[in-house]
Amino acid sequence: MSALDIIHCSKYYKKNNEALCALENADLHVARGRFVSIIGPSGCGKSTLFNIIAGLLRPSTGQVLLDGEEITRKSGYVGYMLQKDLLLPWRSILDNVIIGLEIRGIPKKKARARALPMLKNYGLGGFENDHPDALSGGMRQRAGLIRTLLYDRDVLLLDEPFGALDAQTRMQMQNWLLEIWNDFKKTILFVTHDIDEAIYLSDEIYVFTHRPGKIKAHIEVDLPRPRNEKTLMNDRFLELKRELLLMLREEHGSTE
Amino acid sequence: MSHEEKNNEPFIEDPGVRQTRLRRRALIGQILVGAILIILWELLTRIGWMDSYYWSSPSTIVRTGWTAMMQGSLLQDMAYTSGATILGFVTGTAAGYLLGLSFWWSALYSRIFEPYMIAFNAVPKLALAPVLVIMFGIGFDSKVVLAFLMTIIVAAIAAYSGVQNVDPDLEKMLLSLGAKRRHVFMKIVVPTTFPWIASILKINISLALAGTIVGEFISSRQGIGRMILYAGQVMNIDLVWVGVVVLSILSIVMYLGTVWLEHVLMKGRASKS
Repeated sequence: MSALDIIHCSKYYKKNNEALCALENADLHVARGRFVSIIGPSGCGKSTLFNIIAGLLRPSTGQVLLDGEEITRKSGYVGYMLQKDLLLPWRSILDNVIIGLEIRGIPKKKARARALPMLKNYGLGGFENDHPDALSGGMRQRAGLIRTLLYDRDVLLLDEPFGALDAQTRMQMQNWLLEIWNDFKKTILFVTHDIDEAIYLSDEIYVFTHRPGKIKAHIEVDLPRPRNEKTLMNDRFLELKRELLLMLREEHGSTE
Repeated sequence: MSHEEKNNEPFIEDPGVRQTRLRRRALIGQILVGAILIILWELLTRIGWMDSYYWSSPSTIVRTGWTAMMQGSLLQDMAYTSGATILGFVTGTAAGYLLGLSFWWSALYSRIFEPYMIAFNAVPKLALAPVLVIMFGIGFDSKVVLAFLMTIIVAAIAAYSGVQNVDPDLEKMLLSLGAKRRHVFMKIVVPTTFPWIASILKINISLALAGTIVGEFISSRQGIGRMILYAGQVMNIDLVWVGVVVLSILSIVMYLGTVWLEHVLMKGRASKS
């Protein structure tokens, strides 16, 4: 049994009296502790899939199972982070990251005590009392991810978390994410447009097609870990990149 | 120039110093303008370019005000008017705020009541004053009710605009952290509406004051509004001016109060302006 099973999930919308398919028959099986990426052109139903897994959207067909238990339409079972950092501008960084604990009913004082070492260890020491306005994009994404981590679910959904960052910050954040993944042994499902990012981070990659969103391929990334900047020059890396590029180009060709 | 050449130290720009200097100069300028206006008013009425019967004069206003304070009931009137204004402002703004927030909970309910809110906003509440005085008596209550009615819908509309501007992604984020609707309401909806409600506090305090004064004009035994009306009827124009000056001072003080309140509500947020 995998940690997360998505079984035959589809999502249809009605538009001008025509059924529009956003996601068609998605089957994904993510084993515990794996880092799995989803890659595909925009409008391939990646966000639809995430919203279904997070329980925020009702699938037209299919189920989501977490450790064998059905969590379809139930929110709060997986950690979910969007591309926007969604920090509350009226709260300090510390108070932003503990909001999930607060909702669970943990007293603020206790929640802060638990969050402080996390902020210190993962690059936000000294910023805990600042408001989000004062932080750079990378820092804000860090705070967003720490907020998701403190919510303490085994499965994390990351929806293009580094999409809005510049290339250099992005590289730093990727290494930072791998470090966190290694420390916390989470299962991560990661959406990205960026082929390099997908290969560099993942154990497996699912490639999605353009509308209707459908799984086109499932690729095993057999690169050794730990990974670093040298991995990017590895022959196997380049081979995988070529393979993925061709697949995605096909996708673009078929739409134009 | 010369001191720069004297010592060879590099010129270091200090924006802080420039800011304080600017602030100090502006303050001096502000006081100067006010003083010149008052002196001009005094002089022109003394030499007769302005008719002191209609325009009174600063010195007469101060003298008349002093007498009214010592021998008359000016202080009680001030307390009466500001009390009714503040009470009406606080209850009206709070009730309106809660009303606007309540629209977040149900789309059906907000759809049904929105047109009625707009319709009630269009009613000139001051025109209802005679009815209110009959309903609530010529005492304190009718003034508070008038101030309340002046402020409630403005606050409700402001809060409702805030509610409509809640970022759906923030809502989604919180739900993904296991939140219920009441959590979303307390942690996102209410703080989101703060800037909206803060921006109407200043408007509402002057609306409340206008409501109270009209209430006192219609019928009252106390209050600055009644004093002005009475003074006008007996042609004591100096006393009318005292009333106007006192009302202006009350208005400024209450305005500063709302500025402080706005500051509290917006704490930790970078000002958008």
